[in-house]
Amino acid sequence: MRRGITALDGTIALLVLLLIVQVWLLSATLDAYLAGHGDAALPGAVCSGLIFAGATGLYRFAQRINRAR
Amino acid sequence: MPRFGDPSLPTADEPLWKDEFSVFQERERFVSRRQLIKFLTLTSLGMFAGNIWILVRSWLRRDQAYPQQEIAQLDEIRVGGVKLFHYPSEKDQCLLVRISEDRYVAYSQKCTHLSCAVYYSREDNQLICPCHNGRFSVRDGAVVQGPPTRALPHVLLERRGKDLIAIGMSGKLEG
Repeated sequence: MRRGITALDGTIALLVLLLIVQVWLLSATLDAYLAGHGDAALPGAVCSGLIFAGATGLYRFAQRINRAR
Repeated sequence: MPRFGDPSLPTADEPLWKDEFSVFQERERFVSRRQLIKFLTLTSLGMFAGNIWILVRSWLRRDQAYPQQEIAQLDEIRVGGVKLFHYPSEKDQCLLVRISEDRYVAYSQKCTHLSCAVYYSREDNQLICPCHNGRFSVRDGAVVQGPPTRALPHVLLERRGKDLIAIGMSGKLEG
């Protein structure tokens, strides 16, 4: 049980790190778009999608820990 | 029915609500972390959706065609003079400045900070937003000082005989 909680804490820490990067990415892409540089939109969306895939992976990992309790 | 083993662990046949609203502190810790992870993942999904929205908007904007519109005659305004006009639509106010004998520049009049109308100051040779004292270079529309972070959208001009024609915009129109 305690190891499970530690693993969930680690998952939360990783998710927070991913979200910080994703917030920065969204604000940078929005700023570039509003400045008229639409070229940044595609790489921004791809990177954001990869980060979301990572977050989903961590969510599934947390679910597995929950089931293995 | 009597239960054996650790009562803080959920059993296979236990309904979900009993796990979600457990009386055991250890299980409660699990639930709060699990819900936080779910919330963080949904936040990530929201930001991904935001990026997709920007992508779609930029694709739609790529296909946008600007009209060609006569905005002034060459000698209509003197050096340092200003003419206001609307481009590309009637609700987009712009200003044309003659900065030298043969050089004209035109920008959207909406400040990129909070959309106040900028004006041309001949003394400072800058475009100034009176709301928060944002200042833009009259040469290229770049931010010189103040809260705006983006340059003013630039109206692309073409000279045809004695006419000045607006043919497009560079940068995003506010609002």
